[in-house]
Amino acid sequence: MNVTALLDTLLAFSESKLGPLWGPATYELVTSAVFIVLIVAPLMLCVAYLTLWERKLIGWMQIRIGPNRVGPLGLLQPIADGVKLLFKEVILPTNANKALYILAPMLGIMPALAAWAVVPFAPEVVLADINAGLLYVIALTSFGVYGVIIAGWASNSKYAFLGAMRSAAQMVSYELGMGFALVVVLMVSGSLNLSDIVNAQGRGLFASKGLHFLSWNWLPLAPMLLVYFISGVAETNRAPFDVVEGESEIVAGHMIEYSGMTFALFFLAEYANMILISTLTAVMFFGGWQAPIDSALFNLLPPFGWLLAKVFVIVSLFLWIRATFPRYRYDQIMRLGWKIFIPLTLVWIVFVGAWMQTPWNIWK
Amino acid sequence: MLAEYFPILLFILVGLAVGVIPVVLGALLGPHRPDPEKNSPYECGFEAFEDARMKFDVRYYLVAILFILFDLEIAFLFPWAAVLGEIGLFGFVSMMVFLAILVVGFVYEWKKGALEWE
Repeated sequence: MNVTALLDTLLAFSESKLGPLWGPATYELVTSAVFIVLIVAPLMLCVAYLTLWERKLIGWMQIRIGPNRVGPLGLLQPIADGVKLLFKEVILPTNANKALYILAPMLGIMPALAAWAVVPFAPEVVLADINAGLLYVIALTSFGVYGVIIAGWASNSKYAFLGAMRSAAQMVSYELGMGFALVVVLMVSGSLNLSDIVNAQGRGLFASKGLHFLSWNWLPLAPMLLVYFISGVAETNRAPFDVVEGESEIVAGHMIEYSGMTFALFFLAEYANMILISTLTAVMFFGGWQAPIDSALFNLLPPFGWLLAKVFVIVSLFLWIRATFPRYRYDQIMRLGWKIFIPLTLVWIVFVGAWMQTPWNIWK
Repeated sequence: MLAEYFPILLFILVGLAVGVIPVVLGALLGPHRPDPEKNSPYECGFEAFEDARMKFDVRYYLVAILFILFDLEIAFLFPWAAVLGEIGLFGFVSMMVFLAILVVGFVYEWKKGALEWE
């Protein structure tokens, strides 16, 4: 529409000024950069306000008010927190490996942001519509463990080291559950492209009658949804799987030596990862940007609005879980990951694979 | 084809920048008053003793090895899962044979107690 016309003018302008060789490349660079800023800036705002929403929601659940001093309803609280952290000293411990110590929080936040490159926000609205989208997402979510383990090693502190060992073992264990669950999603969608995965959920018996929400993956793949979501909670080291930080035993684990902005980056990465896992859950299992029922009323909300609503509900579930469940013991965490999730996903791969060979295959 | 990956490269660079800029700002704006006590590793008020990089449980190592095996299995499953709709019964049965062999290994490690954390 107007945006396309504007972009075409931009392309023509860039080509006329810089020539056919450099012009289109510059145009590509500028449009990609603008799109990335349009993703990252609102995302960082969401991360900031997710911290406030967490404190508010858990406050309400415990019959408290939550932050209410800074600005109306405490709405300026995240900004105050950010400014405070900005003016705190960045401590470099004497025994630490200085370069790795500084590098670790950056390696933590990079994958939490970069994975958004392949997330479809609405039909045709995706930064990089690549065929290997799912593979890229898995690669980047796996990358998160580097930040934690490098931080734990470089800090040269006992608590940090213990936290890093625990987190490395826990994160890789749950990555397997996540990976197997995504293999099942891939089997029924037949494509690694995230937009195709969303579109595939809009087809089927129920979707043809307008009842899209019954055709989404959550219904036939319900056990995989559970495995994926719970693994996501464990992967982001959130309660009840937060033995990695365990403030009452290893006092924040790998983050213990960090202060000021280096600590803030770990914090931001954790919340950005929560939003990312929620978005991926919505995309893989809840039809991404699709409206639940194809009717004029439900289509009043634009596709992006539906994605936002789904992500909001799933993120709030993360917070609800934190307010409800006590922390697991480490052996219980490992047992859940290895002895329950992996056998369950393997059985479901065989089951869905066999189902697809029968005449009752619903994913043709 | 490769041009589609350019925005991803750009995004990774932006992601790193989002990591670097706050740290640089924090280092510039925050105070800088080093102190031997403040910069020593935190140990609940005790003087730090022994090396922080101590011996650790071999089970962490075992989990890492098992992870590599299973992650490789996922890597093998990916291309198969992507085309399962087209390769039919033969493709399905071949992967089931592969999975069966891996499950034997999984049962073995389970029985050997490699997954026990008591």
